Amino acid sequence: MVPYVAIAVLFVLSTGVAVMIMMVGSLFGPRRPTPRKLMPYESGMVPVGRAMQRMPIRFYLIATLFIIFDIEVIFLFPWALVYRQLGVFGLLEMFTFLALLVAGFVYVWRKGALEWE
Amino acid sequence: MERFLAQNWTVIQPALFLVFTGLIVLLVDLWLKEEEREWLAYFSLVGFGGAGVIVVRQWLAVRGLETPITGFGGMMVLDTLGLLFQMLFFLVGFLAVLLAPGYLTRRRLQRGEFYALLLFSTAGMSLLAGAQDLIMLFLGIEVLSIPLYILAGFARPRLDSEEASLKYFLLGAFATGFLLYGTALLYGATGTTAFEALRASEAAAAPRENVMFMAGIALLLVGLGFKISMAPFHQWTPDVYEGAPTPVTAFMVAATKAGGMVALIRLLYWGLGPADDVWRPLLGVLAAVTMTWGNVGALLQRNVKRMLAYSSIAHAGYLLIGVLSGGVGFVAVLVYLLIYALTNLGAFGVILLLEDGEREALDIESYRGLARFHPGAALLMSVFLLSLAGFPPTAGFFGKFLLFTAGISAGLTWLVVVAVLNSVLSVFYYARVIVKMYMQEPVETPAFSRSWLVAGALAVAAVGVVLLGLYPTVVVRLITA
Amino acid sequence: METLLWALLLVPLAGAVVNVLLGRRLPRQVAGWLASGAVALAFLIGVMATLRLLALPAEERAYVTPTLYTWALAGRFEVPVSLLFDQLAAVMVLVVTGVGFLIHVYSVGYMAHEPADYDFRRYFVYLNLFVFSMLLLVLGSNFVLLYAGWELVGLCSYLLISFWYTEPQNAAAGRKAFVVNRVGDFAFALGIFLIWSAFGSVVYADVFEAVGGVAPATLTAITLLLFVGCTGKSAQLPLYVWLPDAMAGPTPVSALIHAATMVTAGVYLIARASALFAAATSTSAIVAWVGVLTALFAATIAIVQVDIKRVLAYSTISQLGYMFLGVGVGAYTAAIFHLVTHAFFKALLFLGAGSVMHAVEHGAHHAGEHVDPQDMRQMGGLWERARWTGITFLVGAAALAGLPLTSGFFSKDEILAGAFLEGHVLLYGVGLLTAFLTATYSFRQFFLVFAGEPRSEAARHAAESPRVMLVPLAVLAVLALGAGLVLGWPPEHGIIHTWLEPAFAVAREGTKAEGGAGLSPMTLLLISSVVALAGAGLAYGAYVRKAVDPAALSVRFRPLYVLLWNRYYVDELYALLFVRPFFGLARFLADVVDKLVIDGAVNGVATVTAGAHALARRLQAGYVRVYALSMVLGALLVLGYLVYWGR
Repeated sequence: MVPYVAIAVLFVLSTGVAVMIMMVGSLFGPRRPTPRKLMPYESGMVPVGRAMQRMPIRFYLIATLFIIFDIEVIFLFPWALVYRQLGVFGLLEMFTFLALLVAGFVYVWRKGALEWE
Repeated sequence: MERFLAQNWTVIQPALFLVFTGLIVLLVDLWLKEEEREWLAYFSLVGFGGAGVIVVRQWLAVRGLETPITGFGGMMVLDTLGLLFQMLFFLVGFLAVLLAPGYLTRRRLQRGEFYALLLFSTAGMSLLAGAQDLIMLFLGIEVLSIPLYILAGFARPRLDSEEASLKYFLLGAFATGFLLYGTALLYGATGTTAFEALRASEAAAAPRENVMFMAGIALLLVGLGFKISMAPFHQWTPDVYEGAPTPVTAFMVAATKAGGMVALIRLLYWGLGPADDVWRPLLGVLAAVTMTWGNVGALLQRNVKRMLAYSSIAHAGYLLIGVLSGGVGFVAVLVYLLIYALTNLGAFGVILLLEDGEREALDIESYRGLARFHPGAALLMSVFLLSLAGFPPTAGFFGKFLLFTAGISAGLTWLVVVAVLNSVLSVFYYARVIVKMYMQEPVETPAFSRSWLVAGALAVAAVGVVLLGLYPTVVVRLITA
Repeated sequence: METLLWALLLVPLAGAVVNVLLGRRLPRQVAGWLASGAVALAFLIGVMATLRLLALPAEERAYVTPTLYTWALAGRFEVPVSLLFDQLAAVMVLVVTGVGFLIHVYSVGYMAHEPADYDFRRYFVYLNLFVFSMLLLVLGSNFVLLYAGWELVGLCSYLLISFWYTEPQNAAAGRKAFVVNRVGDFAFALGIFLIWSAFGSVVYADVFEAVGGVAPATLTAITLLLFVGCTGKSAQLPLYVWLPDAMAGPTPVSALIHAATMVTAGVYLIARASALFAAATSTSAIVAWVGVLTALFAATIAIVQVDIKRVLAYSTISQLGYMFLGVGVGAYTAAIFHLVTHAFFKALLFLGAGSVMHAVEHGAHHAGEHVDPQDMRQMGGLWERARWTGITFLVGAAALAGLPLTSGFFSKDEILAGAFLEGHVLLYGVGLLTAFLTATYSFRQFFLVFAGEPRSEAARHAAESPRVMLVPLAVLAVLALGAGLVLGWPPEHGIIHTWLEPAFAVAREGTKAEGGAGLSPMTLLLISSVVALAGAGLAYGAYVRKAVDPAALSVRFRPLYVLLWNRYYVDELYALLFVRPFFGLARFLADVVDKLVIDGAVNGVATVTAGAHALARRLQAGYVRVYALSMVLGALLVLGYLVYWGR
């Protein structure tokens, strides 16, 4: 258990610091609320309408597909870094991987999942 | 190039073959019209058949070897046990494909993905059969499961199918969490994921000294227990089996159980063998609970698919006896799974005959007086149900006999007694259907659709069930040879 | 040879299967001839196999086929499926298929009036199945296969006895046969278990080889259990009661199953296991005594019966008794010889009786009179009206009576001689008395049916049966007349003796000691002839010449007559001793134990399980969150067990 003590200490410390800062702020800070200040923070945008908004289902589909292919492409980066060490072996492995990816891509395309309308 | 080839690809050759067949099905499907898609079924049959040929050839080559062939840095092994299990998977896959096309066409669900997913899932099982590493085990289980999540919801506009799919996915993902966490803990405790190293580790030699190791075993058992629907992790089974399209249910009942069993055997004996005094008593109790819970649950079911789902839980309990017996128990498990698969595929095949795209013989009342209308179907159903109940001279009797003798010789007499009592209990709900078919007056003309493919699958199943009942020694000799 | 034997076994089965599958599409005559053809083919194959056997030297005439597959396998217990063809099996095969074929042919005519095509076909399917089962019984190379055949012939017998099952009494007869046989079969099964535990094998060759190494008491127990099985199947005291009732089936069935073949299975079993029985001397004595007493007992009953088939049924029991006497005193060859001749003449008599009934029914139809076609009191004078039936029946009766030079004469005498020469004078005496009674009742029957004036309108208008029925009768008559002379002359050295003796060589070792008191076989032959002729003469005197009035005798010896007429009240006795107490017990079990205890327990279990089911249903609410929760709880239990309690 000894090696984990340091982690536990760090965990307690960071939580303590965060709580302390918030407490200090609310204890000593002045409080002059205006409606604008009480608005939920949305990165500077003015929140309009209800939070539970309907979105077109196509958005999710595209988003999902994007994530899938995006993450798989990320694999290319570490591979590129060690490409020289891996040599032909790495190339073959990556071609296999890409072939599968392309198969999936063809499937998605042909199914019409990429068409908006 | 040499390193690429040095991975010893033969160890995953059947799985690769299935995956490529699946990919071809998936891609070819894109250019096919709906009425042409039945050809994909035939192509998938070729895929399963080809994979079968591959494993049989590998089996013939491997049989005499002293040390089994390994590949991928020892993550996969090519031994007779794994190959025999793969033969079973491919047989089940083949028969399941035979059951599907008629049903899919009638419900306007004829899509290539069905066959591709079936092939992928079987490839996952094929990986499981040779797994020698926790990572491989996990991969196999995921490749097996994810296609099934989709297949369960394949009858898409139907709500119960979608519900089944979602439930299966959510709970399956939950169980996967346990599996992964267990893997991580074992890695933490021993610093390895390879079964061979696990077996040799200090933690395995004295498991009780190592909390992390024990917790890892527990979580892995939970995760695998979910896959084989072991109580108390079985509750998804009836809902999913009921909601999934019938051919999918047939495949799941017959194949996933086998996949889970081989994974369990690999993990427990190859990975955790030295720590067997830890998991043995636990699994014994869980087996007893599982079979009892399954049978009690099945007793009053009015839906045949649901009844068979509960019965599959009970059978998982029986199978655990074989798993716990080790050695001869594996033969018993294998033979039992073969018999169980044939019997269940047969029973679902009959259900699929009694379906016309709108009505499906799911309610037990729809079997009333079936013998009057379709004596052949009623006879087959009776044979399969009797085999499930373990009546001689059907194969089911012999399977139970093997399992129970293995259990007794391994000193699990109390468990065998529980199992026998449970078998008696189970006769009630199996016989109820037979009584309905033969002794009660029909209320309505049953739905029926003729299909040569289903008839073929039924013929294989029926011949298997009868022959294995009459000539049981043949298959045992073949396996133990 | 191997192929030949399997073909022999499977051809009749194939006949049955084809008739089941295609029968509906075939005209009924074709179905009948198909079945007959299958048996004829089996007979030809049997002849070929026998010729092959003949080509071998005498000591090597036992062929065991390679094991087709191992049927059952449990620990060291193995049942190889293979066939054994030796001299004994060859004789049995030829009798079963030969007589079987003739009876099939006869049946085509006899059953022609069966109204429903379905029943006609069903009949031939059963018959073919029977031939298959009987062949399995005689060809199997181990006790378990024999038992399988034994049970299968029992099943066929049951199906055929209650063939006209819509009549409750026929169904009852079938049931009786089944239940009584089960008593014997149970003992038989126990015997096989004991063989297994004593010898570690059920294969004939292994068992007979190891006889010397087993304790005599065990041997006695084994053989006694087997013999109890025989008393059931072969209708001996005390389990004979089913056979007279079995006459409820169609007459050709009585001829084939309940006279010529199935009921002789017990004799076959003892002959087959002769090595065991010869070693168990006390059992052999019991076998001999049970046999001879059954013979006497049944003969006395037969002498007063008036039902044409019932007389034959009791005579069958009696003749089977002779065969058991034969195997009991070690005269195995003589017993099998008698089995063969009995198959001929008793099949002939039964078929003749069927022909008589056919004739009388025709007459009754013609005369518009309602008579029982089996009641001999309503017959008489049929000699003029059914000449061929009469001639053949006369031959059968003569053979049964053992008139000199007929087949029954030689075989029966040989059994008696065997008993005498082995020193069992008392057995011989009882056997001889029975022979006298046999001659009397068989000719009484013949004279009642054929001699004198018709005693009813039906008999007056009786007509001869069709040719398809008469041809088998004629063939059987020739066999019944000549078989003895051809096979059994000279005594002890006929064809059948040289053929069969090697098969019983083991059992006959050391028993050849001539213990007989001074009478030569020829003298015994002479005595037998005189006794048979005297019996026949008595019947002639009483029923043709009316020198003795049977009616007056029956009044004079009324108590004896009533006792015999009522068949010693054995059925009533059994009803009192076994049936009623069992019904009482059953009623007690049903009304008290079952309703209160069992139902209570079952309902209790049902209530509990239903409750458990309801609970499980509550847990199985269909909510994913509930399932997930139960998984977590389960995981906690597993974790807790392994991490905390398990340590």
